[in-house]
Amino acid sequence: MNETEFLMWVRGPAFQIATIVFVVGVVVRVLEILLLGRKGNLAEARGSATAGGLRTILTRMWPDRGTLQRSTFTVVTGYVFHIGLFVTIFLSAPHILLIRDVFGVGWASLPTTIIDATTVVTIITLLAVLVYRLTNPVQRFLSGFQDYFVWLVTILPLVTGYLAFHRIGMTPPMLLAIHILSVELLMVSFPFTKLMHAFTLFMARWYNGAIAGYRGVRS
Amino acid sequence: MNGPSLERGINALKEQIDAPVAAFFNSCVHCGLCAEACLFYTETRSPNRTPIHKLEPLRRVWKSEYTFWGRLASALGLGKQVDDDLLTEWETLVYDSCTMCGRCSMVCPVGNDIAYMIRKVREGMAASGHAPPDLIGATRRAVTIGSPMGVKLPALQAQIRHAEKETGLKIPVDVEGADYLCTLSSMEIMNFPEYISAIARIFEHAGVSWTIASDGFEATNSGIQIGVSEIAAELVERVVKAAERLKVKAVISPECGHAYMAIRWEGPNLIGRPYGFKVLHITELLDELRKEGRLRTRGREAQRLTYHDPCQIARRGGVVEQPRNLLNMVAEDFVEMPEAGIMNWCCGAGGGVSTNERADDLRLTVFNRKKAQLDAIHAEGMVSACSNCRIHLEDGLEKYHMDIPVLSLTETIAAHLADNTPAGEGSS
Repeated sequence: MNETEFLMWVRGPAFQIATIVFVVGVVVRVLEILLLGRKGNLAEARGSATAGGLRTILTRMWPDRGTLQRSTFTVVTGYVFHIGLFVTIFLSAPHILLIRDVFGVGWASLPTTIIDATTVVTIITLLAVLVYRLTNPVQRFLSGFQDYFVWLVTILPLVTGYLAFHRIGMTPPMLLAIHILSVELLMVSFPFTKLMHAFTLFMARWYNGAIAGYRGVRS
Repeated sequence: MNGPSLERGINALKEQIDAPVAAFFNSCVHCGLCAEACLFYTETRSPNRTPIHKLEPLRRVWKSEYTFWGRLASALGLGKQVDDDLLTEWETLVYDSCTMCGRCSMVCPVGNDIAYMIRKVREGMAASGHAPPDLIGATRRAVTIGSPMGVKLPALQAQIRHAEKETGLKIPVDVEGADYLCTLSSMEIMNFPEYISAIARIFEHAGVSWTIASDGFEATNSGIQIGVSEIAAELVERVVKAAERLKVKAVISPECGHAYMAIRWEGPNLIGRPYGFKVLHITELLDELRKEGRLRTRGREAQRLTYHDPCQIARRGGVVEQPRNLLNMVAEDFVEMPEAGIMNWCCGAGGGVSTNERADDLRLTVFNRKKAQLDAIHAEGMVSACSNCRIHLEDGLEKYHMDIPVLSLTETIAAHLADNTPAGEGSS
């Protein structure tokens, strides 16, 4: 298999497999949760569970003041790398082209200098996040193999994307193939790891807010 | 609690797993933010007291039984299982180092309701024989004697006679057709009997028809603290039966946090049917009387007062504004502690911790968090609406050499009643 064939395989069959694993896996995981169901509440409601659930989905996007003060590093780096991932994934021109190809819809992209800078900032932030995870007593204590694995599969597409864009170290087709491959690794890892939080956090917030909202508490 | 065993414990944990639990465990990214929300972590800096970590037994059961990969791993003899060693290790994390205050549930960025799950873990701990001995004793007394502190009806009757002598008022017992059935906590009967005089005075003042039930006066519920739903249901049922027998419109939960949680929010779900009556916390009823103009006070407390929100009443119960409305009637200088209300810091003794002697040193250590809150506002007096909080707050203040009196909200209101003429006269 030469470089071009490798790239074709990565863009073709491999991408299809990764997409199927990603989609089917995520759906199964979500169903695994939903099908468990939950008991109805027989206590007289004071507030609306629905309103509470919807409110908490939104309000947990930002921290309470105490948490911001006590855990500033985790909160700030959390914002930076999540926003960085969003910007680099969904607002860079080549990605939007791909999305337009697949789904037929697209949107305006950000200038490449901004995407480039965002990538660098996100990579640096993720490195800082890793150092923190290794040194902060609580995060270090809680962390297992999966936490570090997930970190790795998250940072790889950023690094390979940066290298591909700047054509560092290898031929462009090879760099692109490696970048796409790293994304496929992320996609197939997704349903089997805590990367799933990207979907399930909405369910978790919903339940949290609904439980509290029913009692008239804004959680 | 006959024949606890590992198998029963694991089965109990399995039964506790529902969609919220699965969504929560799926979503945790080990960010550790819940640690900084928990006074058992902030005051000890022990990473194993991080709230989400306390759920490990439940997480393992969820993982091995309710996820595809977990089931596959279990079938191959892989994956971490729950055993007695694990449960023994977790007993002090689940019972001694958590009051189920739910502060962690408010800060988790992915939205995990950790306290909701701690309550569930305790079901498995108790069923497997890993509950603290003192909680087992209290629960046994609640079932056999009728009170976790061993308070029997004659003790209550003696306090009622005392209150009648003190107030000159008749304390109604077993009055059929009364509007409100007032329940009490053992702590009030034994340590703060002034509460009985206080509600008698207030209800006389406001023209409220009420009663105490001789067969359903105990409001506390060891079952929800230790985590045995069958017992919790049995204890709730006693109050429900008394309320139905006396045909009251509402049951009034006393100044006790977990009692309110038990009767107001868990009760109907425990007994499997909705109530035919309402449940109000005493401060909810008093605030209603205030709104109706039936509660009139005179004079104000001059010292700088603050209000300690009992977790199960405010954050987990939804009663936040009412006590403040009441306190504003009688306090000249009412000051809020930082993070008061639904983000208030737990006193450190709820959820069965105060019953558990083994945790005495720890609960006093973590009181340091309350001390910091009080120091920030230079409070001269603290009011609360939970007798369990109150007794521990007094303990903690003594340990830290702080000269701050702790008052009952209901008693404070009673001390400021305008006069003894029923305010409802002529207006209702």
